[in-house]
Amino acid sequence: MKNKSTLLAAPYSVWAIGFILIPLVLVIFYAFTDKTGSFTLDNIIAISESTNLKALGLSVMLSFISTIICLLLAYPLAMILATLGVNQSSFMVFIFILPMWMNFLLRTLAWQTLLEKTGVINSILTFLNLPTLNIINTPSAIVLGMVYNFLPFMVLPIYNTLIKIDSNVINAAKDLGANNIQTFTRVIFPLSLPGVISGITMVFVPALTTFVISDLLGGAKILLIGNVIEQEFKQANNWNAGSGLSFVLMIFIVISIFISNKYDKEGGSIL
Amino acid sequence: MMKTKKSGQLLKKLYVALIFIFLYAPIVTLIVLSFNSSKTRAKWGGFTTKWYVSLFHNSAIMSALYNTIIIAILSSLIATIIGTIASIAINSMNKKVRSVYMGVTNIPMLNADIVTGISLMLLFIAFSVRFGFGTVLISHITFNIPYVILSVMPKLKQTNVSTYEAALDLGATPVYAFFKVVFPDIFPGVLSGFMLAFTMSLDDFIITHFNKGPGLDTLSTKIYTEVKKGIKPEMYALSSIIFLSVFILLILINSLPNKSKDEQKVKTV
Repeated sequence: MKNKSTLLAAPYSVWAIGFILIPLVLVIFYAFTDKTGSFTLDNIIAISESTNLKALGLSVMLSFISTIICLLLAYPLAMILATLGVNQSSFMVFIFILPMWMNFLLRTLAWQTLLEKTGVINSILTFLNLPTLNIINTPSAIVLGMVYNFLPFMVLPIYNTLIKIDSNVINAAKDLGANNIQTFTRVIFPLSLPGVISGITMVFVPALTTFVISDLLGGAKILLIGNVIEQEFKQANNWNAGSGLSFVLMIFIVISIFISNKYDKEGGSIL
Repeated sequence: MMKTKKSGQLLKKLYVALIFIFLYAPIVTLIVLSFNSSKTRAKWGGFTTKWYVSLFHNSAIMSALYNTIIIAILSSLIATIIGTIASIAINSMNKKVRSVYMGVTNIPMLNADIVTGISLMLLFIAFSVRFGFGTVLISHITFNIPYVILSVMPKLKQTNVSTYEAALDLGATPVYAFFKVVFPDIFPGVLSGFMLAFTMSLDDFIITHFNKGPGLDTLSTKIYTEVKKGIKPEMYALSSIIFLSVFILLILINSLPNKSKDEQKVKTV
């Protein structure tokens, strides 16, 4: 059995070493070398340059805000979905996944049409004699784009942990005299924590590293750390500098995963 | 009491409806734009279906669609095969080795797409592989395998080893026993892994952006280059067609009576 399992694992082992591990080693190699291949820390220190630092700071701030908004929107939603009957709820979940079948660049681009100064939303607001909304090409529009794109990644893991909660546990809490709020804060929320934590990582990491949403809704004037890295690779062709910044980004990701793993013992994943 | 319960229900429905509008407003916008005879997004120039006709004569969009679908099918199929075999192997490993494998499997899931994209790009450059169809396919397989493994593993854990061993005792060959006994049990996981991989491949932009060659475009990369010059309305028409066909397909599957619990699970993914 032992030999057989190693044999069966062989294709994936080769694949994982060749296309997951070695590429990461290459990023680290480029991050710590200069164009001639000799060791340097310049690419890492480059993060402290004001434009890079500003981009990183803005990325952290916007993705943090987006994660909080996603959590606040998703939790009540997941609770409502979880209380529905099985048939109805699987249908509802599919409703929340379906938008992913429309290309995400186009969906994000559609927000331009909706948010523009003379766009759909403002036309409606003017018609109703309400003040217009001028958030296109501002950080607010980027946050909106992030929340829009990553909300399902928060809803699903929370929903998945909520439906697994035994209703007897909730009834027991109520029988023992807990009111609705106590039941929620002492029983339901702690039990759903693995889902919340995994939702937070699934929203925070892509939001932190996006360059597309800021490109499309920030009017190409607002640079996030993702934009800086993309430009280093695609325009400046400076792989060393790009790798250095990616390395810094990876440290942020590892920290956030480390924090979530500390809490996530149950494995409340999106699947 | 009755009354507060009712208004609570109403509030819940209102909340779901608002989120629903938030998620679908851009999609409705795109479908409306696909019927807009004016070429710019900013103006409504009257109703037309001409984009739906000219779409099929636009060879650039058609070849991007072809690439997208072929890459999605091939990458999710190959990822499903490698991933399922790997899951079986990982499942029979001891705890320590298994956690190493699962740790590595989680890297592409948890790492940022941009880092995965550039790391593969650096690999292809280091081994001077020419960028094109092959590099995109490899990168898609790479980020798809973890979705398959993470869908199949929970199903494998639920299967009972004794039934497999019983089949062997009764004279079945390991391969026969696997396909007759184990595979039917894990099939829902395999299918949902495949579907998930297919969806992720179809919707991917970032990793493709870094690993495609100059001549090759998928729908995502085509749209991205068009953003700067102005999106062709045919693109709206095409995505409306894709969206509506998936929508109708899923409605049909959902309305089928007597679906088993496992089938439902597939759809929720």
